[in-house]
Parts: sequence; C-alpha cells; structure tokens
Amino acid sequence: MNRELLLQVLAQGTQMTLVLLVAPLAVGVVRTVKARLMRRQGPPLWQAYLDLVKLLRKESVLAESASWLFRSAPYVIFPLTWVAAALVPSFASGLLFNWAADVVALVALLGAARALLALAGMDVGTSFGGIGSSREMMIATLAEPAMMLIVLTLAFAAGTTRLAGVADFFVAEPLAVRVSLALALISLIIVALAENARIPVDNPATHLELTMVHEAMVLEYSGRHLALIEAASYLKLVLYISLLVCLFAPFGMAPAAAGIGGWLVGLVAWIAKILFGAACLGVWEVSIAKMRVFRLPDFVGVAFVFAFLAILLSFLARGVLA
Amino acid sequence: MNQAYDISHLLAGAMLVTSFALLYQDRIIAVLNVFAAQSITLALAVAWSAWSGDRPDLFITATIAFSLKGVVIPLALHRTVARLGIHREVEKVVGVGVALVVGLALTALSQALVIKVAQGTASYAREELALALAVILNGFLMMIVRRNAVTQIVGFMSMENGLILAATGARGMPLVVEVSVAFSVLIALFVFAVFVFRIRERFDTIDIEALDRMRGDRR
Repeated sequence: MNRELLLQVLAQGTQMTLVLLVAPLAVGVVRTVKARLMRRQGPPLWQAYLDLVKLLRKESVLAESASWLFRSAPYVIFPLTWVAAALVPSFASGLLFNWAADVVALVALLGAARALLALAGMDVGTSFGGIGSSREMMIATLAEPAMMLIVLTLAFAAGTTRLAGVADFFVAEPLAVRVSLALALISLIIVALAENARIPVDNPATHLELTMVHEAMVLEYSGRHLALIEAASYLKLVLYISLLVCLFAPFGMAPAAAGIGGWLVGLVAWIAKILFGAACLGVWEVSIAKMRVFRLPDFVGVAFVFAFLAILLSFLARGVLA
Repeated sequence: MNQAYDISHLLAGAMLVTSFALLYQDRIIAVLNVFAAQSITLALAVAWSAWSGDRPDLFITATIAFSLKGVVIPLALHRTVARLGIHREVEKVVGVGVALVVGLALTALSQALVIKVAQGTASYAREELALALAVILNGFLMMIVRRNAVTQIVGFMSMENGLILAATGARGMPLVVEVSVAFSVLIALFVFAVFVFRIRERFDTIDIEALDRMRGDRR
C-alpha cells in the first residue's frame, strides 16, 4: 500500500519535472522548424534553455514606479501555469493529481495567471504595457467562453469534466466520426493559438512592434522575473499541445493500472506527440501571416461559433431538447 | 447502420460549417469557392445516402448537384465577377460578428423547431432535417446581410442546397420535381446575371444600396 503511494507520488513528480524540462525543447523545435523553412540556420535546438539560464543569472531591473504587484506577479504566474500544465494527463491517465484535473479548474488556473499578467502589464504605467493588457483581455474575453463551450461538449460526450476520465473514455471508445468533436477540435486549436500568442493572433518573434500583444505586456520585465514569465509561456504552449493530444489523440497513454512498463511506452508516445505538435505549429506559423488586431475578434469569434455549433450538434445527436 | 448515420451526419454538419464560412467570408472570390465546396459536400452527402440507403435515384440528384452547383454555377459566377471587374472587391457586411451570432441563433432555433415538430420520425432523419433547416435559414440570412448582388445570388443558391439536403434526409423528392428544381435554379441564375448586368449598366455598381438611394430621389 505504502509502496503504491510512493510510486504514485514518484510518477506525478516525474510528470511535473517532465513538463518543465520538455517545454523549452518544444519551443526550440518550433523555432528551428520555422528557421529551416525560411532557409535560415536558426539558433540551436536548446537555445531556450540557455536563454532561461542566462536570464536567471542576470539581475532584475525594476522601474521606479513598479509596485509590489509587479515584483510578485512572476512568482505567482509561474506556479499557476506549472500546476495547470501538471494537471493535464501526459503519459498516464491514473496519476495522483488526476482527481483534481478538471478542465474547469484548468481554465480557472490559466485565467488567474492571465489576469495577474495583465495587471502587472499595467502596473508600471508605460503605454505599451497598457496596450498589451487591453488586447490580451480582448482576446481572452472571446477565447475563454469558447474554451468553456469546448469543455462542455467534451464533458457531454464523456460524461465527466475530469481530463483523465475524458481521455479514458476516448481510448475505450471505438473509432467513430463525430461532427461535434471535429468542430471542438478546430475550435480548441484556434483557442490554443490565441492563448499562446501564436501567429495569426500575435507574433512571438517580435520585439517593439505596435501590434504585439504578449510581448508588450512583459516589456518591462527583466532578469529572473522575465525568466519566470518566459518559462510560464513555454509551459503554456506544452500545456495546450498536451491538452489537444490528451483529448483528441490519447492513444499510447497508459491506463490507470499500468505499471512502469506502460508508463514508459506512454512517456515515449507523449514526448513524440508533443514534438510533432510543435513541428506542426512551426509549419503553420511559416505558412500564414499575422492578422490585423482589429480582425482578431472575427478570428477568435470563429472559435466561439465552432464551439457553439459543436455543442448544438452534440445536443442534437443526443436529442436533449426533445 | 450506425456508421452510415455517422457519415451522413458528418457531411450534413460540414455543410452547416460551410454555410457559416459563407457568412464569414467577405471576399467575393472566396465566397464563390466556399459555395462550390458546399455544393460538392452536398453532392457527397446525397451520394452517400444513395449508396447506404440503397436508393439509386438519388445518384442522379448527386450528379446534378455536383455538376451544376459544384462546377457550372461557380464558374459562371466567377466569369461574371471577372467581367464586372469586382474580383478584388471586399464587401462590407453588417459586421461578421453580428452575422455569425444571428446564424448561431437561427441554428439553435431550427433545432428546437424540428425536434418539437417532427417528434414521431426516426432520430437520424430528424437531425438531418434540423441541419438542413439551419442551412436554409443561413442562406436566407446571407441574402439579407449582403449588399452585393453576386453574393446575394450565392445566398439564394446555398438556400437551395439546404432544400436538397432536407429532401434527401426525408423521403426524397420525386425525380421530376428534382430535375425541374435544378433547371429552375439554372434559369434563375441567368435571370440574376442579366439583372446584375442591368443594375451595373444603370448605376455603375452592383451595390444594392444604390437602388435605395434612387427610390429616395424620386419621392
């Protein structure tokens, strides 16, 4: 019994360190794929690790007008995102945290982190930070309802909002074509692009540009604060890829009772899927242009429309309104 | 049976998605391409239900839908747009967000309606009917929110696509009706085309608002 518990704690701990370790690598894969497709050499694959280490060693410069909120925000944003990333089942579905891995809790954790970041962006009082915060909130007001609708659709299909339960359900379910799930998938991809400040919504490679969103908010951060914020954004990327994988392509994931062998298989499958997702993101980012800020509500609104359609169709399939 | 139902549901759902894409697009060329995609999806849906339901007459419907509305009409409209020289025009719609939200409301409405009205029928027929009704209403909506005559024609045609889908999901139209509807749509296209060119000749634009202004002058 005790040994069982120890193993569980160990597995959960492995997952938590794993997401943290894989995150910079995934970002590196995105950057490398983009660079190679543009026929550039690009930075080495592990550049994101070096960046984080460099930032952690540097001193953090604070603006004179910065308040305690600005100083403490990174120390809250990073753990919130980390816990959220650790909640998503990665290589096995029966881990210790999984009873708490509710999609609604996930959305709440990410929402709290985003609200703090927006506040911190406005704290110093520069105009860039304010612009970034207001745009981030504009995107969030559209993306979050869409996310909740997607959650509802999935919960409706699987009968639970627990991520592990949903994943188990889809592993057990025979392969079937379902419109509502296809729509939910598209919608979730759009939400993921918007939340991670990826290309049609925001360009992660820019610095000091009028159209930037995420970078504008974190413009005043430096040193270890910036390292934490950057790490949080890497984690968020892995979280969303992991979420997509866990909900829509959970094959290879170890079930609750699998031993260490099953976990190893799940581990390899998960890392392969994450890196594949990152490579897909790189290809996508090269092949599309960034949208004007004023067209963003239309684009992210499409996610909302698709999510709404998804839930309507799943109602229809079940005959709920009858 | 279940597989057959899944795929027909998927195709009908795809048609609904394309009708939302029609509402979303504001470039004329893109609207025409999306319309062609919708018609081809319709043809696939009809062909699927012909194959799975063993109703060979529906293959004719599918062929008509594919050749006429998937190929001929979009090409004709492309040529019209090219001759009018409006292929680069971006149309100002009511506002994409508003149109999409109204479209969603219409979809929900058609669902609630069909489920209440067609209580006795089999569930898959009911769903197909609800989706088809949503496509029809979205076609209506497209005709209302668009100001350009060509995109209004597309709205009309997509409404007709919804009608065919509804007919397939139910017991199916008799072939004579089917053929005559197809030809009347084709004739409607010619009438529309002549009409559009006339409007352009007189007002130098095919923005329907020009008609409103003219009536205002006479008063």
